[in-house]
Amino acid sequence: MAIATQDRKTRPAGRTSVGLKVVMATTGVLFLLFLLAHSYGNLKAFAGQAAYDGYAEHLRTFGEPILPRSGFLWLMGVVLIVSVVLHVSAAVVLWQRAHRARSTPYVAFKPVQATLSSRTMRWGGLTILLFVIFHLLQFTTGTIQVGGSFDSPYQRLVAAFQVWYVVLVYALAMVALGMHLRHGIWSAVQTLGWSTRAREVPIKRTALVIALVIVVGFLAPPVGILFGLVK
Amino acid sequence: MKITLKIWRQKNATNPGRLVTYERDGVSADMSFLEMLDVLNEDLTTQGEEPVAFDHDCREGICGSCGVVIDGVAHGPQRTTTCQLHMRSFADGDTITVEPWRADPFPVIKDLVVNRGAFDRIIAAGGFVSVNTGSAPEAHATPVPKVDADRAFEAAACIGCGACVAACPNASAMLFTAAKITHLGALPQGQPERAARVVSMLDQQDAEGFGGCTNIGECAAVCPAGVPLETISQLNFDLRRSMTPSRRH
Ligand code: FES
Repeated sequence: MAIATQDRKTRPAGRTSVGLKVVMATTGVLFLLFLLAHSYGNLKAFAGQAAYDGYAEHLRTFGEPILPRSGFLWLMGVVLIVSVVLHVSAAVVLWQRAHRARSTPYVAFKPVQATLSSRTMRWGGLTILLFVIFHLLQFTTGTIQVGGSFDSPYQRLVAAFQVWYVVLVYALAMVALGMHLRHGIWSAVQTLGWSTRAREVPIKRTALVIALVIVVGFLAPPVGILFGLVK
Repeated sequence: MKITLKIWRQKNATNPGRLVTYERDGVSADMSFLEMLDVLNEDLTTQGEEPVAFDHDCREGICGSCGVVIDGVAHGPQRTTTCQLHMRSFADGDTITVEPWRADPFPVIKDLVVNRGAFDRIIAAGGFVSVNTGSAPEAHATPVPKVDADRAFEAAACIGCGACVAACPNASAMLFTAAKITHLGALPQGQPERAARVVSMLDQQDAEGFGGCTNIGECAAVCPAGVPLETISQLNFDLRRSMTPSRRH
């Protein structure tokens, strides 16, 4: 079969679909590091009000006097917001491409081995994004107040999670997050080209363990508060 | 065996298709899936109906021409090509749905036949090594370590059937492209064009309209040639490396 030679100019590597995925993987790694640190901070709730509020204050004075007060948090916020924008826009472009790549769906389509986590990355990601917006409105800006308004971060936390449906919302969001991480961590490693045949199963297991650690770590304080272990 | 077939019938690329039901009796369990379709086509022809169009050539699992989605799985319930699938993989009384590969870069030509020219264009974009013409180089002139040769051979086993695209929820051609990247990248002859190859093949793959890979792994799970998922990691690695300035072409 005769093939016409290509006269279209090849786009640079970063503009290919894998280039977009590298952006998603890299920003994903930043999110993961942030989640681990965030989860560690939350667990201070079990050490009591002084430890928790002290940690919150420490985050604000971190880097002083080189950084202004709350400078570190601002810096981190900017990095994270830029990362979210990059992660989501790359996802939207890839979502559209995948959608256009199969405009006629199968009448019958049966995945052979795909996990539920791997098949719900897009809707799961969207769920997490909406949750993060809600979470920021509740604990960062204080726009949504549950159980009253407090100056102490610790009291705000305890008041919020004494309400069962708030805990439920958080629990559902954490399930979505866990599923997203379970496939996302493996996917990021593969996208960055670090997976091999021998490493594939260990990477997937590690991803599952990290996802579980983060979910349990995040859910421990709210559940502890709901059942009166943290007052 | 008695089976009910629901086969996708589509007159041409522009007409919308639909599933048509055919009741079949006396199907032998030893028939291959394509022989079963042959018999159906003979009957359709004697009845004055249009036979079902499907692609096939070698019928021994090496050419990659055959390939349909059977009950929602590319090449059906066994991990092999459609031509190597036998009716004993089904039970008496089964209803079997048969559809073409569904991906916009693989437009349906007729019934179960799709145009896989997009694969040829991906190969043309870089799936080769450039050598000077003249007498063939002596085969032992360039030694290849056994592990590299095995790895290249495993990836080179791809028969270009397109099952990876058909099975991928994103209709991505990554396993196909990655197999060629791994095959040529494992060999000394593939090194000079390695960085340029991955970029241009991937760019062509995107231009054809295939989706992006989300590492779900359905492709490797249905691949009749056993091309492993790690080839995709290799492609990703090569692409990332091609971005470092010292390796730019
Ligand atoms: S007809 Fe050649 S592989 Fe099936």
